[in-house]
Amino acid sequence: MFINQFLIFAAVLFCIGVYGVLTRKNGVLVLMSIELILNAVNINLVAFGALHQHVAGQVFALFVIAVAAAEVGVGLAIVLLIYRNRRSINVAEANLLKG
Amino acid sequence: MIHLLAQEASPGAMSDTGIWISNIFFYVIAAVAVVAALKLVTTANVVHAALYLLVVLSAVAATYVILGAEFAAATQVLVYLGAIMVLLLFGVMLTRARIGADSDLDHEQRWIGGLVAAGLGAVMVYSLWEGFGSDKLPADMQPQRTQMVSDEIFSTYIVPFEALSVLLLAALIGAVVVARRD
Repeated sequence: MFINQFLIFAAVLFCIGVYGVLTRKNGVLVLMSIELILNAVNINLVAFGALHQHVAGQVFALFVIAVAAAEVGVGLAIVLLIYRNRRSINVAEANLLKG
Repeated sequence: MIHLLAQEASPGAMSDTGIWISNIFFYVIAAVAVVAALKLVTTANVVHAALYLLVVLSAVAATYVILGAEFAAATQVLVYLGAIMVLLLFGVMLTRARIGADSDLDHEQRWIGGLVAAGLGAVMVYSLWEGFGSDKLPADMQPQRTQMVSDEIFSTYIVPFEALSVLLLAALIGAVVVARRD
């Protein structure tokens, strides 16, 4: 098995995730696209762990999964707060910081 | 399962048949994952998007199995498919997303996003091709046992592990504080 088949698969997933983050207006859908990006990175970590026959890749993938869990928790809390204050989770409307 | 198949053929090294079977599994899984990911970022229905994400996450878990990372695959199923998906569906329900199609989910200038993603993809695929052109996974690739993972976490990576525990606690408390009604 070529290492590249895993790395390119991960790169494609990453780019689809980037497209989702850039084009979606719904806050929950943006979070889902971020999950896609994090999973693509995890595939890279596990693939390099298998390439070098070292367990560190898998350990870091586990760390990323844990951080992703924390990220989704806080992200959803923020989305819910925006929804409660504005009755909408359109991220394009949350533009108070715009000068 | 794939590794068991390979080991039956010849213990230790992965046989040609084993690699062949793994390759077929990988390409089927990758195709399913890419199609589901594309549907995830283009569908007009938020609940369908969550279900497509479920497919992608399962495919990633299957990829871990092919790469011999059994504990990462189990954690992927438990944490992502079990916990994070439920959390995201909660988010969908609590923000009263419309059940059914919703035409107002994308920006108008989505071609810019497509352009950025396509450019990024072209650069990454090109550099991966240049960097790892014909590098192969070792033919005698061994699955990385859970025992090896735990030994590594609780010796070399004990400090990041403890820091991660504190991070999770902080995120938990932070989420409760942010989402609380006053």
